[in-house]
Amino acid sequence: MATVKFDESTRIYPGSDTPAVDKLNIDIEDGEFLVLVGPSGCGKSTSLRMLAGLEEVNQGKIWIGDRDVTDLSPKDRDVAMVFQNYALYPHMSVADNMGFALKIAGVDKGEIRKRVEEAANILDLTQYLERKPKALSGGQRQRVAMGRAIVRSPQVFLMDEPLSNLDAKLRVQTRTQIASLQRRLGVTTVYVTHDQVEAMTMGDRIALLKDGILQQCATPREMYDKPANLFVAGFIGSPAMNLVTVPVTADGAKFGNHTVSVPREGANDGGSHVVVGVRPEDVELTTNNDGLELTVDVIEELGADAYVYGTPTDQNFTLEGGDDNLAKPFIARVDGRKVPAKGEKIYVYPKGQHMHVFNKESGARL
Amino acid sequence: MALELTAARPDPALLDLPWRTPLEDWPEDILAALPRGISRHVVRFVRLSGRVLAIKEIKDDIARREYEMLRDLRRLHLPTVEPFAVVSGRVGVDGEPLDACLVTRHLQFSLPYRALYSQSLRKGTATRLIDALAVLLVRLHLTGFWWGDVSLSNTLFRRDAGSFAAYLVDAETGELRNRLSDGQREHDLDIARVNIAGELMDLEAGGLLQEERDPIEVSERIMTRYRELWAELTAEEHIVETERWRVDDRIRRLNKMGFDVDELEITTDFDGTTIRIQPKVVDSGHHSRRLLRLTGLDVRENQARRLLNDLEVFSAATGRQGEDEEIVAHDWLARVYEPVTRGVPASLLAKLEPAEVFHEVLEHRWYMAERARHDVPITDALADYVAKVLPGKPDERAVLGVDTEELPVIADRNA
Ligand SMILES: Nc1ncnc2c1ncn2[C@@H]1O[C@H](COP(=O)(O)OP(=O)(O)OP(=O)(O)O)[C@@H](O)[C@H]1O
Ligand SMILES: Nc1ncnc2c1ncn2[C@@H]1O[C@H](COP(=O)(O)OP(=O)(O)OP(=O)(O)O)[C@@H](O)[C@H]1O
Ligand SMILES: [Mg+2]
Ligand SMILES: [Mg+2]
Repeated sequence: MATVKFDESTRIYPGSDTPAVDKLNIDIEDGEFLVLVGPSGCGKSTSLRMLAGLEEVNQGKIWIGDRDVTDLSPKDRDVAMVFQNYALYPHMSVADNMGFALKIAGVDKGEIRKRVEEAANILDLTQYLERKPKALSGGQRQRVAMGRAIVRSPQVFLMDEPLSNLDAKLRVQTRTQIASLQRRLGVTTVYVTHDQVEAMTMGDRIALLKDGILQQCATPREMYDKPANLFVAGFIGSPAMNLVTVPVTADGAKFGNHTVSVPREGANDGGSHVVVGVRPEDVELTTNNDGLELTVDVIEELGADAYVYGTPTDQNFTLEGGDDNLAKPFIARVDGRKVPAKGEKIYVYPKGQHMHVFNKESGARL
Repeated sequence: MALELTAARPDPALLDLPWRTPLEDWPEDILAALPRGISRHVVRFVRLSGRVLAIKEIKDDIARREYEMLRDLRRLHLPTVEPFAVVSGRVGVDGEPLDACLVTRHLQFSLPYRALYSQSLRKGTATRLIDALAVLLVRLHLTGFWWGDVSLSNTLFRRDAGSFAAYLVDAETGELRNRLSDGQREHDLDIARVNIAGELMDLEAGGLLQEERDPIEVSERIMTRYRELWAELTAEEHIVETERWRVDDRIRRLNKMGFDVDELEITTDFDGTTIRIQPKVVDSGHHSRRLLRLTGLDVRENQARRLLNDLEVFSAATGRQGEDEEIVAHDWLARVYEPVTRGVPASLLAKLEPAEVFHEVLEHRWYMAERARHDVPITDALADYVAKVLPGKPDERAVLGVDTEELPVIADRNA
């Protein structure tokens, strides 16, 4: 077991001028489950491959435990990359399906058997070891695949989107399985996904990357409650946080005609505008002309609650984070018994102190 | 949700397939029982408007991504299966949504490795398959494609004058870049190694691996073959100024291996005593392009090599080496090649492709001549081959009825 340290680790691919991963700094604790998350192309796989020894590190270092592994070959790092795709072999027993990679690595028979039995025990597969994979259920087959990684008993597990091609239901099942298994084994794990829900539910901590640059590395709770910048605020949470650019006056920021207090420096270096972020569940909804005026477009009933999707009536208010130049709706979560009607005008402002203020230019949290 | 069809040239008949039924439960009468490799998704073959299509049930976004990727790879002239359509928005009869389907054309005369192993095999088949896969992997990497799931199951093989040519069938995990880093290539090799070893061990466990050789040892060959090829195709070479002919030599070596050099970087060092050469753009298919230009025949690389050799022999035997190549080639086609390929009775046409038949007839003639201790006319060799050898071969246009496995990983219904 070991800690992992990305230390100013940088990767520039030959023929490109911008780094795919730029001065990455993350300290991963022994036994921690760290999720690397971010949009496509942000550098997740590259970071993982650097750690695995499969991608050259151009600047900076990588540490596993107290060893500088920057220049070590993959074999000498004691990490196991869990393939995104694995096949189960129909003619081989479950035990052989789990142990065959050790055979390639030259581990002797007795040792393989021992490790396979241990893994089977952890995975609840002991009674199936001599069966063929055909005789197993879907979930059990998935566990065999995990067993294949476990038997290698590495210092660090590396997983690159292991769930990306599973169907929705199995994805959820397996997600929980992997997370609880990791906790039981206590092996330091770096897990890559582009799915923020997966990141939030699985990780002890999350490292969010964008364009090769680390945006924030923190617990899921902290990422949610205290996003370090606009990008993090927009990426974490579903539905996403509402991010509204509002003018700042001497009294505070004007959320429509509702004044909210913002940190002093906001008004100073953010210029005359700041971005106020408010999560759908933190929206106060009124009908008495207090707050930002919205026209209700769509209602999504959830039972106890409902989501209200609206557009600011005053077109000067724009919402950050809309893709494809489509206007992004403002989303409020409301009590299922007090749902406004489609087409109705409503007023919204952040509930109590549940809001986030960002510098309009730099995007940094104020 | 309405059924949605994405295709470059949509065939309306596609809409008549039973899309409301999970692929697993499609009726036998529309399916073609062709062999497949190991897969985690359900894959089936159907006959439609005179062709055979492969259908894979898979998540919508992945189906689309794979469809686009296969199109990109084909645009880059890489040997892959041909994408045909994506069908999405499927709903079952119970109203539940069903996964999308990726539809590709069945690659005619292609053999999944498991089908090959169910026939009685020539010695060394495993190594020939791996050699073919190494060539494919080098070609993909030269183009900047990272595969992410290199395996025998994800490759289809076609006969190529006694050896094999490999085609990519599963592009689900792939990524296309301008150029791959060494790390990305190593990563693919690592994956290939483990998958191939696993696949061969599986055959061994099923009693299908007749060869004595150790799967682990055989699987190592992917790395050595790949590295040899990669070095030969990309390494820089320093040549003394006085040995300029060695530039030509390098090009010829690459041609022999079946590659054309489209761009060669030549730099002279500052004092002008040595030059450095490095192939920058190489393109496989040296022999098949040449044969295509001369005869219009579109065949695989080794077949083309074989045919070109026979053409060479023909032109020597008829004393026409000085003549215009294309005219000689035209005569060879009319007098040698076509009589042989046309001499195969219609009932045997599904056995082997014409160029492969031609190759086999040449081999057969050689054996007959050796036994008879004198030359045998090709017409005699053909007659003997068609009577004694070809009928005993399996139909390979679309091989039927071999054990195929798929082990879908699906959610436990009652979990
Ligand atoms: N061989 C290469 N040459 C040049 N650029 C590359 C190469 N490989 C990757 N890149 C670039 O490096 C960046 C990071 O790529 P990487 O694959 O690490 O991203 P990712 O976050 O894993 O994306 P995805 O979610 O799509 O897998 C991207 O901009 C990508 O285009
Ligand atoms: N166009 C085609 N022509 C011939 N055979 C095909 C074609 N498409 C698929 N197959 C066969 O079906 C098998 C499974 O297809 P494929 O590899 O795409 O499925 P998969 O479920 O994605 O596999 P994996 O488990 O590797 O992800 C292949 O091994 C191949 O034998
Ligand atoms: Mg990636
Ligand atoms: Mg496959």
